[in-house]
Amino acid sequence: MIWSWIPGNADRILALTVEHLRLALIPVVVGLVLSVPLGWLANRYPLARAVLVPAAGVLYTIPSLTLFVVLPGILGTRILSEINIIVALTIYTVALLVRTIADALAAVPGLVVAAATAMGYRPARRFLDVELPLAIPVLIAGLRVATVSSISLVSVGALIGVGGLGEFFTEGFQLQFPTEIIVGVALTVLLALAGDAVLLVIGRILTPWNRQRAGGAR
Amino acid sequence: MEPPAGGRREVNLFAQVVQWFLDPGNWSGTRGVPSRLADHLAYTVQALLIAAVIAVPLGAWIGHTRRGGFLVVGAANGLRALPELGLLTLLVGLVGIGLLPLTIALVVLAVPPLLAGTYAGVRNTDPAVIDAARGMGMREHEVLTKVELPIAVPLIIGGLRTATLQVIATATIGAYIGLSGLGRFLIDGLARNDYTEMAAGAVLVAALALVVEGLLGALQRLIVSPGLRTAQTRRRAPRQAPVVAGGIAS
Repeated sequence: MIWSWIPGNADRILALTVEHLRLALIPVVVGLVLSVPLGWLANRYPLARAVLVPAAGVLYTIPSLTLFVVLPGILGTRILSEINIIVALTIYTVALLVRTIADALAAVPGLVVAAATAMGYRPARRFLDVELPLAIPVLIAGLRVATVSSISLVSVGALIGVGGLGEFFTEGFQLQFPTEIIVGVALTVLLALAGDAVLLVIGRILTPWNRQRAGGAR
Repeated sequence: MEPPAGGRREVNLFAQVVQWFLDPGNWSGTRGVPSRLADHLAYTVQALLIAAVIAVPLGAWIGHTRRGGFLVVGAANGLRALPELGLLTLLVGLVGIGLLPLTIALVVLAVPPLLAGTYAGVRNTDPAVIDAARGMGMREHEVLTKVELPIAVPLIIGGLRTATLQVIATATIGAYIGLSGLGRFLIDGLARNDYTEMAAGAVLVAALALVVEGLLGALQRLIVSPGLRTAQTRRRAPRQAPVVAGGIAS
């Protein structure tokens, strides 16, 4: 470990960290936006569930390097395009979250939904104001898994030339310079843990009723 | 042979991949599909066996004694953040090039899901069942091996399925440090700019993952105790839950 390498390459470390976050987090956001309606469909219609949940399971089994490599052929992008990584990781996020959201919505107590209906909530508003908020704890748990694995998986993209901090792995390997690899691993793990912590806090903020219940029990 | 521009090449990609699979040259020798598939499976099985020897007894012990459960949760969550490519390249620097760094990296990958599955399965055994076993005069190790572990089998196999998929996927990067396996088609194809070979390799890895996932699902249905199986089907009586997705996303 050669510590002096770090200040000497601060600019590049920062640039790759930013690229890493961009490649990892856009998929999580896009995946979440896509998953909510799909999860709603899967919860609402048994037929949609019978199609979507197994399909998500199959997508999740496809290895990441495989997706990174095969997407340019399907999308018509160049192999070095960031879009391949973003689309691949979005697919994983959707695969993970569709099932999570469907299960979370299914777990909302029927009495609560009935009460909301009785109060005059129409289906769309009832979904947004009652069912979705109550699904947040499970949703956040799924998002945490998706975020951490997304941040970790980005680095595999370095094998096809776009991988954020993963570039330190391939470069450090070629130059036989472990310092670079250690910095890349440490930063990736730190980013993942930070993302996890941020989501944990967001989950707390979005579910004040859970906090109150915990406080009241004491 | 390799026109750089987009259009025509994409249209023909499917046909080219089919042709690649029909070419007998891609099926023979150490660079052929069977040889690399066998290597890929060998890396996978070896890593899974080592991981199981570590994780199952440890998870069973922690679950049975109910001591140190936070370690399991911490390991399962923390290790997910570890980038495998970084770990692999780092290990090459530490122990030299060869099968050892890949095996270590794959074991590190496979231990958390196996550990978590075993722990959760043993830990969640109905306390009344354990009391009954003790009441019948079973010793602690018998309670664990004859009651808790058989009841934990569905969750242990769930962990095994997750671990297997991740190991199959990650074994592809072994090609990056010069090992064999299906990843070679991806890495070599990339180096030669041979998109057909890369696509064929991708198809092979994805197919292997899906086939193994299906086999493990079948194994799960086969070896889960009949008592547990009927209890499960009774609980979700009206509709059969989709089988494919079971246990992956955990």
